[in-house]
Amino acid sequence: MERCAARQAPEEERRVRANAREYNEKFQYASNCIKTSKYNIVTFLPVNLFEQFQEVANTYFLFLLILQLIPQISSLSWFTTIVPLVLVLTITAVKDATDDYFRHKSDNQVNNRQSQVLIGGVLRQEQWMNVRVGDIIKLENNQFVAADLLLLSSSEPHGLCYIETAELDGETNMKVRQAIPVTAELGDTSQLALFDGEVICEPPNNKLDKFGGTLYWKENKYPLSNQNMLLRGCVLRNTEWCFGLVIFAGPDTKLMQNSGRTKFKRTSIDRLMNTLVLWIFGFLVCMGVILAIGNAIWEHEVGVCFQIYLPWDEGVHSAFFSGFLSFWSYIIILNTVVPISLYVSMGSVTLSPEPSSCSVEVIRLGHSYFINWDKKMYCAKRRTPAEARTTTLNEELGQVEYIFSDKTGTLTQNIMVFSKCSVNGHSYGDVQDVLGHKAELGERPEPVDFSFNPLADPRFQFWDPSLLEAVKLGDLHVHEFFRLLSLCHTVMSEEKSEGELLYKAQSPDEGALVTAARNFGFVFRSRTPKTITVQELGQAITYQLLAILDFNNIRKRMSVIVRSPEGKIRLYCKGADTILLERLHPLNQELTSVTTDHLNEYAGEGLRTLVLAYRDLEESYYKDWSERLHRAGSAPEAREDHLARLYDEVEHDMMLLGATAIEDKLQQGVPETIAILTLANIKIWVLTGDKQETAVNIGYSCKMLTDDMTEVFVVTGHTVLEVREELRKAREKMMDASRSVCNGFSYQEKLSSKLTSVLEAIAGEYALVINGHSLAHALEADMEVEFLETACACKAVICCRVTPLQKAQVVELVKKYKKAVTLAIGDGANDVSMIKTAHIGVGISGQEGIQAVLASDYSFSQFKFLQRLLLVHGRWSYLRMCKFLCYFFYKNFAFTMVHFWFGFFCGFSAQTVYDQYFITLYNIVYTSLPVLAMGVFDQDVPEQRSMEYPKLYEPGQLNLLFNKREFFICIAQGIYTSILMFFIPYGVFADATRDDGAQLADYQSFAVTVATSLVIVVSVQIGLDTGFWTAINHFFIWGSLAAYFAILFTMHSDGLFRMFPNQFRFVGNAQNTLAQPTVWLTIALTAVVCIVPVVAFRFLKLDLKPELSDTVRYTQLVRKKQKTQHRCMQHAGRAGSRRSGYAFSHQEGFGELIMSGKNMRLSSLALSSFAPRPSTSWIDTLRKKKGGEGSSAGSPSGVADKTLRV
Amino acid sequence: MKNKTSVIPREGEAQPSRCPDNSAFKQQRLPAWKPQLTIASVLSSFFLTGAFCLTVGVCLVLSANSVREIQINYSDKCSDCSKLRENSSNWNKECHCSINFTLKEDILGDVFMYYGLQNFYQNHRRYVKSRSDAQLLGRNVNIQRSYCAPFSTYRNGTPMAPCGAIANSMFNDTIDLFYNYNSSMIQVPLLKTGNSWWTDKNVKFRNPESYNLSSAFAGTARPPYWQKPVYLLDEEDERNNGYVNDDFIIWMRVSAFATFRNLYRRVRHVRRFAEGLPAGNYTFQISYNFPVTRFKGRKHVILSTVVWSGGSNPFLGIAYLVSGTAATLAGFVITGIHLKLRKKKTYFQKQ
Repeated sequence: MERCAARQAPEEERRVRANAREYNEKFQYASNCIKTSKYNIVTFLPVNLFEQFQEVANTYFLFLLILQLIPQISSLSWFTTIVPLVLVLTITAVKDATDDYFRHKSDNQVNNRQSQVLIGGVLRQEQWMNVRVGDIIKLENNQFVAADLLLLSSSEPHGLCYIETAELDGETNMKVRQAIPVTAELGDTSQLALFDGEVICEPPNNKLDKFGGTLYWKENKYPLSNQNMLLRGCVLRNTEWCFGLVIFAGPDTKLMQNSGRTKFKRTSIDRLMNTLVLWIFGFLVCMGVILAIGNAIWEHEVGVCFQIYLPWDEGVHSAFFSGFLSFWSYIIILNTVVPISLYVSMGSVTLSPEPSSCSVEVIRLGHSYFINWDKKMYCAKRRTPAEARTTTLNEELGQVEYIFSDKTGTLTQNIMVFSKCSVNGHSYGDVQDVLGHKAELGERPEPVDFSFNPLADPRFQFWDPSLLEAVKLGDLHVHEFFRLLSLCHTVMSEEKSEGELLYKAQSPDEGALVTAARNFGFVFRSRTPKTITVQELGQAITYQLLAILDFNNIRKRMSVIVRSPEGKIRLYCKGADTILLERLHPLNQELTSVTTDHLNEYAGEGLRTLVLAYRDLEESYYKDWSERLHRAGSAPEAREDHLARLYDEVEHDMMLLGATAIEDKLQQGVPETIAILTLANIKIWVLTGDKQETAVNIGYSCKMLTDDMTEVFVVTGHTVLEVREELRKAREKMMDASRSVCNGFSYQEKLSSKLTSVLEAIAGEYALVINGHSLAHALEADMEVEFLETACACKAVICCRVTPLQKAQVVELVKKYKKAVTLAIGDGANDVSMIKTAHIGVGISGQEGIQAVLASDYSFSQFKFLQRLLLVHGRWSYLRMCKFLCYFFYKNFAFTMVHFWFGFFCGFSAQTVYDQYFITLYNIVYTSLPVLAMGVFDQDVPEQRSMEYPKLYEPGQLNLLFNKREFFICIAQGIYTSILMFFIPYGVFADATRDDGAQLADYQSFAVTVATSLVIVVSVQIGLDTGFWTAINHFFIWGSLAAYFAILFTMHSDGLFRMFPNQFRFVGNAQNTLAQPTVWLTIALTAVVCIVPVVAFRFLKLDLKPELSDTVRYTQLVRKKQKTQHRCMQHAGRAGSRRSGYAFSHQEGFGELIMSGKNMRLSSLALSSFAPRPSTSWIDTLRKKKGGEGSSAGSPSGVADKTLRV
Repeated sequence: MKNKTSVIPREGEAQPSRCPDNSAFKQQRLPAWKPQLTIASVLSSFFLTGAFCLTVGVCLVLSANSVREIQINYSDKCSDCSKLRENSSNWNKECHCSINFTLKEDILGDVFMYYGLQNFYQNHRRYVKSRSDAQLLGRNVNIQRSYCAPFSTYRNGTPMAPCGAIANSMFNDTIDLFYNYNSSMIQVPLLKTGNSWWTDKNVKFRNPESYNLSSAFAGTARPPYWQKPVYLLDEEDERNNGYVNDDFIIWMRVSAFATFRNLYRRVRHVRRFAEGLPAGNYTFQISYNFPVTRFKGRKHVILSTVVWSGGSNPFLGIAYLVSGTAATLAGFVITGIHLKLRKKKTYFQKQ
């Protein structure tokens, strides 16, 4: 298979000629083949080894190994170092190889995707990797764009083409791209095959929204912009086909240019470990120096006299030099205190030593697998299990303090559902059961049956039958209400076959409203630039579209002016209640108050509301107005202002029709999750590109904002000063409140450092909403601290209208000043920057692209899984990792420090206490598996409890389980153990004899005794530490002990000694030493003395100052269940304040596009010129149905029938 | 939309369900024992440990007290010989020294005779490694490549047998014990074999194969500090000669500390000494060869009996008594603390 070419030198500009492969080949542009893999079979070993030896830890090992080869220094045999080194290198290599294998696989998969390439005038199926710059390729609907293309022509009129850029920037709105007019005419392959234009453009870069170039064709120059480009990663939507010229391919595409090397993330424990490793290293050097000085003194005082029996080594002529050598010897034997041993590199290119030992990686891997395997984080609907994409961050999941969440697609499903409405003072949409009570969720009655309407959307569901009754009864208000919904919008319709309508809504809200109208019998059928055809209760009516008063952010409303077939001109308007209610005719007062009540009620349920109104316009007035509009439209200056004023004028004195309530469907379980996470002391910030109203709405519906909150600050300033002022005010208010709470405690003001502490102790609950443009100022260097202080004092923060970059900046800000663990969760490519910036990035693997998932560390498909990820997996991971590390340091210190004490008794000669095999195997065989099992399986409280008591999460945030203090405690325990481990056998052995009279205190017996008691003590200790003894723990702990004795007896057996007498010189030692009762009594005493104080301390701590987890465990033990906390959080306040807005994720400008007719299909234009085809009449259907049902028909249809006859 | 719904199930069919298994292992629901430190378990373990330690301690102290031991520092007593040996040029001059002592009571049972050395760093790294176990196993090995240097070969290339610093520095005093019975000196019969580990004598140390011992060591030379070659260590007993000589084996088992005692002889239970050593006056006749004053060392000769726990070291018994007492006390203290603070605790739980 052909491999991807290497990168070329950077180019100045790019020249691409269409259909000219030979010409383009001169420039040697990158092909469309993508290579993310690092090695191949041949290069793997050398490259991988080279990379591994760039790691400081591995080099350190190598250095130790070389030291050991110097006979004067060597205090251990070479294999004690080489065995772990080889083990580490092998494990890393295997891991790298597997990673690379999967990269190869995914590369191949992408490279082998098919696309249609125009070669020699014929369309040929080619693999993506064979696409070259300058090729013309054809794309079909819903296909991924293979490379960065210049759009040449498309199936749509004017060379328009719709794309979804979710994978690039995360926006799900459809975007329009247009071919330049000259190429738009090249509709078929024969014309395109002759196209030989040449594009000269900028070199490859990573700017997604900029493109500059020129097309030279037929002696003409045509400027090109981003508007003409289709970028790799986009998906073609609603466009039959299109042709494009490949400009950038493979690694040069904007998508690939954007996917920079991901920053290697490390957990805070890793960083702490880095410090600790340095300290330990310092400690090691100190010990080395002490012992070296000791050695020099000893050699000077004693060794000199002892030379007759033990002459100095060759080349050693002074005590000082001997001390120097002994320093290195001690470095070798004491290096086991540095957990750098058994280190597995993470394939990163970091230069500082990574302290993660092999076991740490294994544990993290285990935790990652548990996340992948978790059935409760599997989404059956989307068939996606949770996935831990990085294996290195698990324990950090237990320490998260800030969550930054995207809104759309993360908190919400981005599905809008028409849920309730209020028409003429009557509210519809409450789900009612038989008795007329509001039904609870889950016991819903049957949805309303829309089968009378052949054009109904079968997916639409509504639960309140009274609205349909009203329609059928001919309630004029209701009819007008739905007429408005079917007319006042910018939705495009597509009717592929008779009756099969497809709405292309620019925002899901509009789609929901038009679909609702459609199902209630007011079917928006088609539109032309000048007309809208609506099927009203089966009857096709074409309205003349006179004007669209388009939506924008300031107006917060949109209107259409239509002329009905009867000739009446009417303005239909829908918009935010705050705006619209002021513009109503005074006659509406009574209705307004009722509707306002309804609006409040809807808002309380977190629904997005819109108010609908109409106004009849006099023909003459309209004429005058439209003339003025026309003039304003063509005015060269201040066009926008003029238009706005005119719009404002006409949208006045309107008659209220009612209000709609749209449910921005939250993802499942979002409010509950947020409630639990908040109880776990995690602060949640929502960063969204949405508008303020939408964001605030969602904030309320997912219970981030509640009406119990003391105040919600809204920062919308446009200038630096305004923003500063608003932030200051917010802080002052909070301070005032807390001051009044604190009963006149006066705080020193203006002291920034104090301010923080004061603000952190704020009493009330506040929330902050900040707008994108204000945020831009707030994030400036001189204000960021102020902003952060204010924001952190609030319980909830919502940033709206933020750009992807700002999202990352906010995360960065918190990271920088707060020293807290941050987690970013999002689903779209616009969240990628923040996902990459945060300590932990979580991607929602939903419908929208996979960019976020690819950049993330964890991915799953529902926001609600976050609570499980953090509170269960994260908490456990953190706990396990901390326990593991404590034990790890403990056991290594207990093991190593014995050498230090022995140094004082052996002339500081770097004689080891243990057999060399014991030193080799202690860490990798005798003590590794039990602690590994604890690190993987331990649980302090069952998973249900960590959900019930979210406070259990707090120790992680406060870093209580493993910090410098805990580290010193472990070290102290280790040193204490080592002291006893040495001095008790020393006391016993000195001058002692065996029960057969022979000497007991020979070196080998001493070594075996100390080693055995060490293994037993650390095994008992791990038994104490293990709180959750599964069969595996049992197996490993007992197995390790058994393995120790088995190996001991094997190593000391006759057979091995006969084979290698110089290597296995401990022959016969095990059976001779361990047959001594004294030895066993010594071991037992050591174990008792080492363990009993630990038990006493632990019990007293548990008894006097129990942690919450201890209490939970205890209460569980006595089978008491406290669920108070659980109960508290279930019912958060529901009373609503009114929040509504024209909450559309809507862009300005579509009205204009519609009126110009540019985006209309020829076919639909043609269709609209016909009279709407007489479809199977709505009434006919109803009649037929009626007949079928017979006399048992319910009253609603009966009533409808009656009215119809009338 | 439609497209999607039609595509997804097909993918699902192609690959088996991605839903994780519902196994107890994967869902972290493995049955497990969850031990907890409760007041009952902690207190019972403390009191049990205390009781155990006290019992063992008492036994150990009692048995250690029943051990009889006599220790005589003869490097001080034989100061003349010590001085003589300080000068290494006198190495071939013989020096004898006799030391008298009195046993007030009989020493019954097995009596062992040790030589003790003080300040002799047998546990020094360079000392410990300076041997060739392959050579001691009777193999014909190139000891140049072992750690024996500088005691591996002579300048002329003759290898030392045995090589290394340990072997070279072998303790070579001879000590005889005489019983002064009615002004006549009766030599106490002593056993010089059977003092070393079986594995050492039969596995670890082997003489080179040959028709006789001296030919087996042909081509080798004695270590420089030795007065006689290795095949003359015990001319009387073929099975105690060469590398398998008990004195040599015991010396080669290096000590863990700089002060140590090695078993030298056992009293043979015959005739007058069938029960042990009767009370009376005794004399050690020592042929003083091993110099210790240079490195401020001391030499002892020790007579001792043993019990089940070995020699007379009281440390273990006392340590057991102390830790047993501590554990019991800790048990009481914990009970006290627990009772005193229990009120507070129940209050906490009610909250």
